[in-house]
This record gives sequence, structure tokens and C-alpha cells, in this order.
Amino acid sequence: MSHLRTEMRQRAEELVSLYPSRRSAMLPLLHLCQEQDGYLTDEAMAEVAELTGTTPAEVRGTASFYDMFHLEPVGRYVVGVCTNIACLLRGGEELLAHASEVLGCAVGATSDDGLFTLEETECLADCNVAPVVQVNHRYVRTTTPEAFDGLVADLRAGRLDHDVPPHGTLIRVRRSGGLRVDSAEIAAERASARDARALREQ
Amino acid sequence: MAFLDSPRIVTSRKDFADSFTLTRYLATGGYAGLTKALSMFPEQVAAEVDAASLLGRGGAGFPAGRKWSMLRKSAVSYLVVNGDESEPATFKDHYLVERDPHQLVEGVIIAAYALQVTRAFIFLRGEFALGLERVQQAVNEAYEHGALGRHIFGSSFSLDIVVHPGAGAYICGEETSLIEALEGKRGFPRIKPPFFPAVTGLYGEPTVVNNVETMSNLPWIVTHSGAAFAALGAGRSTGTRLFALAGRVNNPGVYEIEMVKNTFRDIIYDPALGGGVIGDKAVRAIIPGGVSAPWFGPDQLDLALGQDEVAAEGSMLGSGSIVVLDEDSCVVRAAWRITKFFSRESCGQCTPCREGSGWLERILYRLEHGGGRVEDLDLLLDLADNIAPGLTWPPQQTTICVLGSSIPSSIHSALSLFRDDFVAHVDHGSCPHG
Repeated sequence: MSHLRTEMRQRAEELVSLYPSRRSAMLPLLHLCQEQDGYLTDEAMAEVAELTGTTPAEVRGTASFYDMFHLEPVGRYVVGVCTNIACLLRGGEELLAHASEVLGCAVGATSDDGLFTLEETECLADCNVAPVVQVNHRYVRTTTPEAFDGLVADLRAGRLDHDVPPHGTLIRVRRSGGLRVDSAEIAAERASARDARALREQ
Repeated sequence: MAFLDSPRIVTSRKDFADSFTLTRYLATGGYAGLTKALSMFPEQVAAEVDAASLLGRGGAGFPAGRKWSMLRKSAVSYLVVNGDESEPATFKDHYLVERDPHQLVEGVIIAAYALQVTRAFIFLRGEFALGLERVQQAVNEAYEHGALGRHIFGSSFSLDIVVHPGAGAYICGEETSLIEALEGKRGFPRIKPPFFPAVTGLYGEPTVVNNVETMSNLPWIVTHSGAAFAALGAGRSTGTRLFALAGRVNNPGVYEIEMVKNTFRDIIYDPALGGGVIGDKAVRAIIPGGVSAPWFGPDQLDLALGQDEVAAEGSMLGSGSIVVLDEDSCVVRAAWRITKFFSRESCGQCTPCREGSGWLERILYRLEHGGGRVEDLDLLLDLADNIAPGLTWPPQQTTICVLGSSIPSSIHSALSLFRDDFVAHVDHGSCPHG
């Protein structure tokens, strides 16, 4: 019984088939699981292990390396405020403190209503609109406390549901036309890579 | 006044709101470079890139042509594009993937043809949700247009591109770490040698890893010739470059300017570029090339923006980022925040980096927050010297990758340029500036 819903499972299998090695689909698959569940559940990680030919421990060990993967439940909106050098020079720390107050949660925590999780992020590469704020990895470009308050009001009222979809960085990324390299070709590539490695290891 | 007369090579579509669509791309000369490349021998295409003497735009500035020539001959080899832009205050690739994804895709196809590689991966920062959408859309449209897939534009060349999302780790910008992430593992940099993935890369096969901006230059180079590209700039720094200007300036942004022809003063003060410092304050320090680079003081404002010119003064153009600190900026706070970044992003494999970054961060924290001791100043330098012995530039390395040896840059710079500030923090528990 698959933990991923039918459509998600189908996309997961498509992702796996894109790569010469199944394990390469690890990060996209974990993004997909977060898109469905909001965070990485044990069931989802077990399924990723099955899909990538690894163990649940390897999946968890890999996921825990990356900032974007949540191993515990998070709010519907994950709000990231950058305080790295470019944002520091434009009031990033002050905006983060303001965000913590307005959202009613400490940095790294989730608000009581389960709506917001607040994170202090490293540079998000949008420094011309500093301090940078992302919600579910969408740039919202609110640089002042007043604009931030407006953002929170809009999010609460559901007015930004189109611009800021729920979790999952790949939620709108679809590969159209399907796979272009046929499976025989990938199989041959895998075999050749395996042989080459075996030869070198001898 | 800044010299702004050069052609726009990678930002030619900046005035179009729909610059990311195939329709706009085709209407503005898109895929002409690929058509021309396919009419040439692959070696000729590589020779053009060599003639352009295009230096890699990721950070290390290694000549792209030479990187290509090192690709070991093998039945299977790969091209990987590094779009994991995470060096603090660098946002030029972000601009390119969102605003001109087809230009990137065309560049990747041209490079793959020159290298005779049939599989390419575009690795993008996971935080670039819109960038991932736009680049995947461009790849999809390129398939429909016949520019990707089997028998591209009726030629015998075939290529498949996979767009791969990262998941938030600075270290994955390091090419061997990026390859590990692409193989579905923790992003641990690989032990060297081999120094280049061109020998042993993805799945143990020869792999070329190139930056997004490097790839984006290729359509222009093939269309206009390598010589035309090399005619721009001066010395080893040819063509134009994207500079990401941030910090205390009126108009932070991404600017494409000809290499060497402009100075730090030009990009900071020209009305068409940075537009001066906020509130007409004085420049206190410049961080060129990303936070891994040593800082400059106001004395270097008239230094030309060229790879060798900046290297000669003891820093680097690096990732193309320029951060301006003004007279009210606290340099201790800046050095602390940069070190905190390295401490958070250290992958933890090597002791000097893992332990050193955290220790340095704690010392800087207490200096910035009123608990500093006078002996902390020498302790900082001593610790930094244990990570990068001699505190030279370029730094000596005690770690698997250059993240470790980048940690001392900001601390050493801040202490050399502004020792009095540190002393004042110890004496008064607060900053005399801001």
C-alpha cells in the first residue's frame, strides 16, 4: 500500500525514471513527499527508500543534511526571513524580530494555530529587495514591518493562495512530454557505468 | 563616469516582461546560436569558446575551454550545470534562470554538442521555486521546438536535459558536493585528488560542471565569434560580467558591465548603476566576490573590475557579488554574521572547519554583544590561522574543500582594516559606528 497518493506515486515513478541511477531521484522525491504531507513522515521516507533502492535510515540521513526538508510537522506557511550580510545591512534582524512578534512564535517554532512556522534563513539570492522574505519558498518581497503585517493579513485571509501554494518547491514544475530517453538507453548507461566502476576498482 | 558602451550579452532581453517565453526568445534571435553550432564540427564550437577565453562565472574563474579540454574520453560522460547559487549576496544566476531560461537552455545544448555529451543536468537551488518552474518550462518548450530530444533540428545530435532541484545547502555549490547531491546523497565534498570531475564525476564518469552564467554566454559567443567576445574587456578578463550589487547603495541590483572597463566607484556611484550610497554616507568597506573574499577599504574604490586586477590587490571577483558597508555599518557585526553563516553551513567532515567556525562565531558573538575580552582579538587570528595557515591570499587549505579556508577572510580583513572597532567593542561593549 503506497503512502503517496495515486497521482503523487505516478509522479514519483516518473522522477525515478529520469535518472541513470534511482538514488539520484532522492531530493526531488523528498520534495514531492513534503508537497503531499507538509513534512517528511516516516511512511513517506520508507516509500522513498523503496523507490530509490536505499534504506529508511539512509533516506533520513540524507534528508537531515538539507535545510529545506522538515523532519517534524510545520505550519501551513513556512516564513523565512534572511539576516545574512546583505539583509543585515538593510534591517534583516529587526524584520525577523518583528515577524516573531507578529506571528506569535519564536524563530524556528510554529504558531499555536499551526498556520506559521518562522525560520531565520541564510542568503536567498534576492538581495536587491532586502531584507528578503520567502513564504513556502516564494519570494514575497516585503521589506518593511508594515508590508510584512499586510502580508500576514493576506495569508490569513487566504488571499495569496495562488501566489503562495502549500509546501513543495516542485508543486508547479511538470515535465511535459514525458521521458525522452528510452529506458533501454538508460539501462545500457547504468550497465556501462557499473562496468567502468568495477574495472576501476579492480 | 562608468563605461556602459558594451553590448548586452546575457541581459539583452531585460526590458521585456515576457523575456522567459519561447515566443519572445525566438523573436529576439533565440536558438540562432544553436543552429549555427550544429552546422560546425563540435571541435570548432569548443575552439570558439577557447578563443573567447571565457572564464567560469561561478566563483573560481577557471577558463571554461580548458575545463572542457580535460574531459576524459569515455563512453558515458555528463554535463552538469551549477545553478545552486548560494554565496551570500550573490543573485545573478537567480536573475538569469527566472528572466532568460531559454538562453541558459540553449547554452547547455551548445556546450553538450561541443562536448558530445548526450545527458545534461541543470542543478538549481531548491529555493528558486519560480526559477525551477521557468527553466523546466523552457526545457519543455525546447523539446516541442525540436531543440532538445532526438535529432536536434534534424541533425544527428541528441540530448536530454533533466532539471534537478537542490534542497538548501550552501556547500552544494562546490562541484563535487553538488555531484553527491545529484547522486541522492548528503552534500559532502569529495576528497581530492582527483581534483576535477572531468576525470571522475557523476556516477564515477567524466563530468563537466559549469555555472549558469557561463552557459548563458555561449549563444552569443557562437553567434558573434569567440574573437568578438575576447575583444571586450582586457587581459585575461574578457567579455562582460554580471555584478550583483547589494548593501548600503541606493540601487542594489544585477548589472551587466564590460570587464575591466569599470571600477568599484563606477558601479557604486554611477546613476545608471548603484546610484551612490544611501543618505550620501561614505563607503567604509567593500566585500567583493562573495563573503569568502577579503574585504577592501575606500582606498580600492578606483580599482578596475577585472579578475587579475582584483587578485593583485589581494581579493577576488569570485561570484560577482559586491556588498557595500557605509560609515554607520558595524564591521564586528558583519564579521560575526558572516562567520555564523559558515558555521551553519559547514558540512562537518573536516575538524578545522567544523570546530573552528563555531568557535570563531562564539568569540565574535560575545564581542558584538558586549562580552568581549581584549585577548579575543589575538585568539581570533590564532584560530583563523589554524584553519588557513599563514592567513595568506589565496589561502592555504587544511580541509577537503575551500569552505574552510574561506572562513578567515572576513575576520582577518575586519581586524586588519578596523582593529580600533574591535577594541572599542571590548572597551565599551558596544559599537562606535552603528
